[in-house]
Amino acid sequence: MTRNQLLALLPILFSSATVVWVMTAIAIKRHHWWNATFSVVGLNLALLGCVVAYFVSPQIVTPLLIVDSYACLYMAMVLATGLATATLSHAYMEGYEGHKEEVYLLLNLSVLGGLVLVCARHFASFFIGLELLSVPLYGLIGYLVKERRSLEASMKYLVLSAAASAFILFGMALIYSQTGALGFAEIGVAVAAITGGAPYTVMVMGGAMILVGIGFKLSLAPFHLWTPDVYEGAPAPVAAYLATASKVAVMAVLLRFFVEAKAYNYDLLLDVLSALAILSIVIGNLLALLQDNVKRLLAYSSIAHFGYLLVAFISAGQFATEAVGVYLLTYIVTTLAAFGVVTLVSSPYKGHDADVLWDYRSLFWRRPYLTAIMTTCMLSLAGIPMTAGFIGKFYAITAGVEKREWLLLAAVVFGSAVGLYYYLRAMVQMYLRAPWVRKYSAPLDWAQGTGGAMMVALMLLMIVLGIYPQPFISAIQAAGLQ
Amino acid sequence: MILVWLMAIPFLGGFLCWQGERFGRGFPRWVGMITMTAVLGLSIWLWVVGDYSQTLLNPANPKWVAEFRADWIPRLGISFHLALDGLSLVLIALTGLIGVLAIACSWNEVQRNVGFFHLNLLWNLAGVIGVFLAMDLFLFFFFWEMMLVPMYFLIALWGHNIPGGKGRVFAATKFFIFTQASGLLMLLAILALVFAHYNATGTITFGYPELLEWTRSGAMSAQLEWWLMVGFFVAFAVKMPVVPLHSWLPDAHSQAPTAGSVDLAGILLKTAAYGILRFALPFFPHASQEIAPFAMWLGVAGIIYGAVLSLSQHDVKRFVAYTSVSHMGFILVGIYSGTEQALQGVVMQMLAHGISAGALFILCGEVYERLHTRDMREMGGLWSRLPFLPPIAMFFSAAALGLPGMGNFIGEFLILVGSFPVNPVITIVSTSGLILAAVYSLMMMQRAFFGAPKSEEKLRDLNLREMTTMLSLMALILFMGLYPQPILDVTKATMAGVQVIYATGLQAPAAVAGVLP
Repeated sequence: MTRNQLLALLPILFSSATVVWVMTAIAIKRHHWWNATFSVVGLNLALLGCVVAYFVSPQIVTPLLIVDSYACLYMAMVLATGLATATLSHAYMEGYEGHKEEVYLLLNLSVLGGLVLVCARHFASFFIGLELLSVPLYGLIGYLVKERRSLEASMKYLVLSAAASAFILFGMALIYSQTGALGFAEIGVAVAAITGGAPYTVMVMGGAMILVGIGFKLSLAPFHLWTPDVYEGAPAPVAAYLATASKVAVMAVLLRFFVEAKAYNYDLLLDVLSALAILSIVIGNLLALLQDNVKRLLAYSSIAHFGYLLVAFISAGQFATEAVGVYLLTYIVTTLAAFGVVTLVSSPYKGHDADVLWDYRSLFWRRPYLTAIMTTCMLSLAGIPMTAGFIGKFYAITAGVEKREWLLLAAVVFGSAVGLYYYLRAMVQMYLRAPWVRKYSAPLDWAQGTGGAMMVALMLLMIVLGIYPQPFISAIQAAGLQ
Repeated sequence: MILVWLMAIPFLGGFLCWQGERFGRGFPRWVGMITMTAVLGLSIWLWVVGDYSQTLLNPANPKWVAEFRADWIPRLGISFHLALDGLSLVLIALTGLIGVLAIACSWNEVQRNVGFFHLNLLWNLAGVIGVFLAMDLFLFFFFWEMMLVPMYFLIALWGHNIPGGKGRVFAATKFFIFTQASGLLMLLAILALVFAHYNATGTITFGYPELLEWTRSGAMSAQLEWWLMVGFFVAFAVKMPVVPLHSWLPDAHSQAPTAGSVDLAGILLKTAAYGILRFALPFFPHASQEIAPFAMWLGVAGIIYGAVLSLSQHDVKRFVAYTSVSHMGFILVGIYSGTEQALQGVVMQMLAHGISAGALFILCGEVYERLHTRDMREMGGLWSRLPFLPPIAMFFSAAALGLPGMGNFIGEFLILVGSFPVNPVITIVSTSGLILAAVYSLMMMQRAFFGAPKSEEKLRDLNLREMTTMLSLMALILFMGLYPQPILDVTKATMAGVQVIYATGLQAPAAVAGVLP
């Protein structure tokens, strides 16, 4: 292994070291603040490692991993999400009675899985990364062991996620049986040679099984059924992580697979993805209309958003890669901020999360700053100009128009119109005055200070992305796939 | 740079209002007033110093009166491009005026969250000014959508819950969804246009001049032109509103606060007419000519439908809302008839209707402040209880019914004269709108102000602030009716340009093989 390869691996190495470090620290002495700080420092180091890796990229490290600018970008996204989650967890866990420290251990493990996934160029690393990403999540979702909803969500996720992984593994095996290859690029070459007959059928079966598993991980309709329940039951910061990092990493590897294995040449695959996209947009938006729980609402909205994202994804080509990147960036910022507000309203943890819409009624009079942040989030999710979400949606629609995907675009327009209704409904709740609420402004108390500062930063980022996206676009453009 | 200021002043002012509420409720009001007066003043100054024979649409001398261009998102060929010609100018001046009115009329009405209210009001106005100035299609869409959010808040937070109605949040949401959904169709059309241009020329740009030059070269296939025109037309038709798509308007008006209604009727509806004149007709002359008879009949439907429905309204604000539908029908007829006279009439009608409908909504608000009802059945006999308000209402009703000597008359007259040679049948049918206007206006006067008074108690009459706004508006309407030439001169070049481009749509399109983008 050369020096450059080691440098390229820095984010993953730092992240692994952090896991060990945090675990040792917990074993020596339980201390919430110190453990949180250790993991945040570790994540920051890994983020710096991304910068270093960028300068030595592209590097192929063993047949399993590749660290190119694309991987660096998505590693940075996963790490930043992990950082945000750690910060939110710190505010949230302050009020939890049981052991608080293992949250950071599990979180770091999951982030490590995300990093591996993003760099994967081989089915083995794909699967290792995916499992390393998902397994700690079972623990995180069920972390509040004394709460029924949390445990239930954890069990649900455990069973369904394991089933999805099994699907993916079996699909990989089927593909391997016909191609004899596990590397993405090699599979692409081998598949192109298969033209028909039984091998083709087995290939299609294998591809379909992988797609089912991926559909589950990205919670695309009709594999979305777990999403609202799990988001509702999971502790708010974990839900934030679940909705962002875990999906982003999967999306990143999917895009790499499509590009390297030349999967864009198969119309059948694209048709299936189009169907998934339309279903996700329609089902996600329509079911979100019925929700009175903010976390469930965000869950359905995330289903719909991955439908929009698929529109960009399906459009293929250089521009699609860029569009997916921009969309994911805007989605992460917005979703993190939205779940962040839910977290901070529920912090410190007092037995249950503030997640019913009624809890947010007249929030404006109690927490004006959080309300401003949540308002920006809702507008951004709805894709209104001056917010990040608009740029994301604009990119997705542009990618669709470029490839003349009129049917998908019709679904996007329909979905956006329906979506407005529930985003506005959630937004206006915060301003309506409940009869018994006095007008007073409660400052964020100090335990939430870091979380609050981060939220303000996220809001500013949302607005900057909405008004002057060019620097971000340039960065994402530089991190394209060939 | 002055164009940037036109837009930036209300933005900054709004921000200052919001943060300034801590200095007391008066502070945001005064800041708002000063801000909008500054905008009005700037636009008048521009009016005086500019040479409005210049416009990009003038084939002899394609040049803006003033222009500002800076790169924004170069990756996609998007620039921050503002430009001014006569049409933009008069509408910006109207925006400034309506802004001053909206702030003046909510001086007493709005007592909750005054700062946030003014933030929304001023940002909405800034968005509208942006719409009138933007010469980059992305920027145009940006402002087009951006003005919705503050309007949503104005209706949802400061609106009225009318007994029997569906509530202000419902009305606000309906307004938002209607306009946003149609706006997305326009976005699709914009992108399709941009990519068609990109595929043909290899440069990606959202710039209005570049795209206009390309569409005028006849490089677009007829089929593509048709679909793009539909995308733009639907968005503008919802906002205008054209009849089958109008149902958000009465709801929004009846629940909105006075300032919101004034703003909505006074300028928001005009952005749609502006959009057609600026984008839909020049970009797609052939397709627009094809759709013209259909669009004009829609206009006629709007004229008659709005007038007939207004006869049966009890809520005085819904009444004015339906009369707006009727008046906007004239604008649609005028635009698509496409003669220079009719187009000039459209501009006059936009200005005059903005002022007269705004004034009527302010009067509704003033009556509501005194009687706490907007139901005409509960009014009756107000003439004997108030000395000044009823005659002023009479004046504006007369303006709305198109009495000669008022600005509205000039507008409607020019529209009808201009469209007669194009389509006499439609013109004749539209004329019935004038008669219906007389019927509904007088009916409203009769119901609300004449008859037996419901009570002998005298009501507080107009104070100095209310009196000043009303008198200045009356003077303005009279001026426009008696000496409209200065306004016609300013917009002449632009309207002539639109007319010339639109007329090319009558010729067979250059046969160039094109494909959908």
